[in-house]
Amino acid sequence: MNTKRLILGNEALAYGLLKNGCQMACAYPGTPSSEILSAVVSLKKEMDLDIHAQWAVNEKVAFETAYAGAQAGLRTAVAMKQVGLNVAADPLMSSVYLGVKGGFLVISADDPGPHSSQTEQDSRLMAVMAKLPVLDPDSPGQAAELAGIAFELSEAFEIPVMLRPTTRVCHSRQSMDVEKIEMTRREAAFDKNPGRWAATPKFRLQLHKELEAKLTKIADYEPTRPRLVSGTAKGCGQAIVVAGVAAANARDIIKERSLDIPVYQVVQPFPLHKEFIRQMNAYDEILVLEETWGVIEMQLADKNRVKGKNTGFISPVGELLPENVEERICAFAGVDYQAPQITMLPGRRPTLCAGCPHRASFYAIKKAAPKGIFTSDIGCYTLGCNLGAVDTVTCMGAGISQAAGFTIAYAKNEKQPPVFSTIGDSTFFHSGIPGLIETVTKKIPFVLVILDNRTTAMTGHQPTPASGRDASGDSCIAVNIPAIVKGCGVNFIKIADPYDLPAFIDILKEAKAYCKENGPAVVIAEHPCLLDMDRAELKASFKKVIVNKDICDGCGYCVSHFECPALGLNNDTEQVCIDPGLCTGCAVCSFVCPKDALVLENQE
Amino acid sequence: MSNNQQIIISGLGGQGVLFITKLLAGAAMADNLPVLTSETHGMAQRGGNVISYLKIGEFSGPLIRPATADALIALKPESFAHHSYFLKPGGLAVVNSPNPVEDDRYRVCCGDATALAEKAGNVRSENVAMLGFFLGAMKNDTHIFSPDSLARMIKEKFQAKPAVAENVLNLLGSGMQLFEKR
Ligand code: SF4
Ligand code: SF4
Repeated sequence: MNTKRLILGNEALAYGLLKNGCQMACAYPGTPSSEILSAVVSLKKEMDLDIHAQWAVNEKVAFETAYAGAQAGLRTAVAMKQVGLNVAADPLMSSVYLGVKGGFLVISADDPGPHSSQTEQDSRLMAVMAKLPVLDPDSPGQAAELAGIAFELSEAFEIPVMLRPTTRVCHSRQSMDVEKIEMTRREAAFDKNPGRWAATPKFRLQLHKELEAKLTKIADYEPTRPRLVSGTAKGCGQAIVVAGVAAANARDIIKERSLDIPVYQVVQPFPLHKEFIRQMNAYDEILVLEETWGVIEMQLADKNRVKGKNTGFISPVGELLPENVEERICAFAGVDYQAPQITMLPGRRPTLCAGCPHRASFYAIKKAAPKGIFTSDIGCYTLGCNLGAVDTVTCMGAGISQAAGFTIAYAKNEKQPPVFSTIGDSTFFHSGIPGLIETVTKKIPFVLVILDNRTTAMTGHQPTPASGRDASGDSCIAVNIPAIVKGCGVNFIKIADPYDLPAFIDILKEAKAYCKENGPAVVIAEHPCLLDMDRAELKASFKKVIVNKDICDGCGYCVSHFECPALGLNNDTEQVCIDPGLCTGCAVCSFVCPKDALVLENQE
Repeated sequence: MSNNQQIIISGLGGQGVLFITKLLAGAAMADNLPVLTSETHGMAQRGGNVISYLKIGEFSGPLIRPATADALIALKPESFAHHSYFLKPGGLAVVNSPNPVEDDRYRVCCGDATALAEKAGNVRSENVAMLGFFLGAMKNDTHIFSPDSLARMIKEKFQAKPAVAENVLNLLGSGMQLFEKR
């Protein structure tokens, strides 16, 4: 039987987890990590595995849930993106002291570039701070291999282990053998030991001592030792140290240029193997290629011999592309490099889909409060910045607390601008609720618009606690957003469909007036994400808008202020035209044209 | 004829760049060749420029360096402008464009895949028409992408929807003819 498949790095990770007996996997979606848990679910179904897969409400909850499984002796894993690890930093730091019984993997996917993130932070530095070992795969295949090694390592030293893939591992595909997984289930067996699992500060000191002893031994652990991947060890002259995707790129380049320099691949950047540090001391010059910060570099003994991120030889900013790797290797080895001519053009900016309900909400907010300050959050709706309806995006859940901050900052000014905050349903559950409670107690005059499209759209449509379906697609209890808002103490709660634009604008205005005296007003904009609706549903609700050729004078207001991708200016006729391939028939633009040139077909 | 191939597929989010990347990768795997691809996820998928890298043969790294790609499939004229720098001198570019695109550094072939897809009543399938066009253009460069193995995969993929499979195969065929008729 041909078992070769083209699998995504994230699927390879999932396969590696399950093949090595992972019985519980929890995650919160975030690019580039999102497909890990979806792949766990599909493998579970395909291979009929009796395991638990869960989309948690946020990374901290995901972490703690999976961690408890490992305390009870099972092999478990939690997956997230790098900024998600910030949210889970609290349990991370503590769990490393306490340790585990079953193997526990913390997968934190970094995004050098950044392609789809707020920062380029290096999770390996977080591992240094938390004092847990971290493994750095260079490809989908190696990610699957390291998952197995990581479980062994975790159980050998009773310590959580971090696996740190980057975007180019997560979102690359490789042809790989995938075999049927036979799983032998372990029984959960929690061994009560409050002295350890509920340690008081006095015992934490002891745990810290034990942790240091573990790390010393892990810096000598055979299976994760650096690997000589090219050339022969010399003990003098030059050496190149590589890790992660930079290792894969460097191998191609060394081979292509037939360079005779020993190349060592570090798979465990922290703690760096003691023996390896000694070995490197023999070389006169060492080039370190790693992403995104110089974590290996900083552990090498003699900094004067090292060239890397921290010494400025490699840019600390941006992705280490293969052409950068080639150029830097050539500069290091003293060989010629001809840079190809590249003319970079400004790319097209991403935009909300044609017919996206968020576009209608943003347009309404701008109408209701033209002079407002608009705080927002992380998701598709960040793209509301194109419409001028998103002024701030900081991190998950920040929009609500920032709205409070702005009203307080302006409180003593002569004039107070209206403050509107937007947050998606998934982000609201993730970390919006505490901020909202705070605004109730302080009677903060702002309007919160919860953009409820029943899904986590940006990352690939994972369910939210309000969706009523779980990670496997089975139905489960749906949590009610208005009830939560009410429970937080908010007294103004209105639910409306932003497709009905005029009515929606009126509600926002009402909310704006209410909040001045009474504190937070919440409007829930309910309309499902279009990518989640099936074709029949979309067809049934399709309303055909046409351009009234007698009225449209090509002013372009709808194109620039509403920027639906289906609307365009036709240069020949100097009128607006609707792209039938893109238009979803939401009919919202019919409310947008100030001259009423966009009309519903049957009402012309 | 070489078995090592580096191909860039470029378009806008939502145009189905991934779909054709996977089909081409599958064709190479059917020949037992090692395959690596890399793709765009996240924010850019909402209508931004997206790019896929396809590498067939003995490679470790998933990305393609500028001036080394054998071929480029551009699903929009602007995709060519954006990503032609990946092509090696004399590399093949197939561009979905009603008007000719000139660039004497490369072998550029243009075809109006959008019109073809529109005629077939499926504007969203311009990617498939372009894939057919590319197959036609690549015929003499490599044997890897055999129309037969692609057809087999398409049938397999749409097993449950034979009508869709039929449509996709027809468009693939008319894409190939579009190249021949140039
Ligand atoms: S995926 Fe859904 S939420 Fe995101 S832009 Fe498109 S319609 Fe809007
Ligand atoms: S009806 Fe108007 S706003 Fe809605 S998708 Fe079509 S063109 Fe865009």
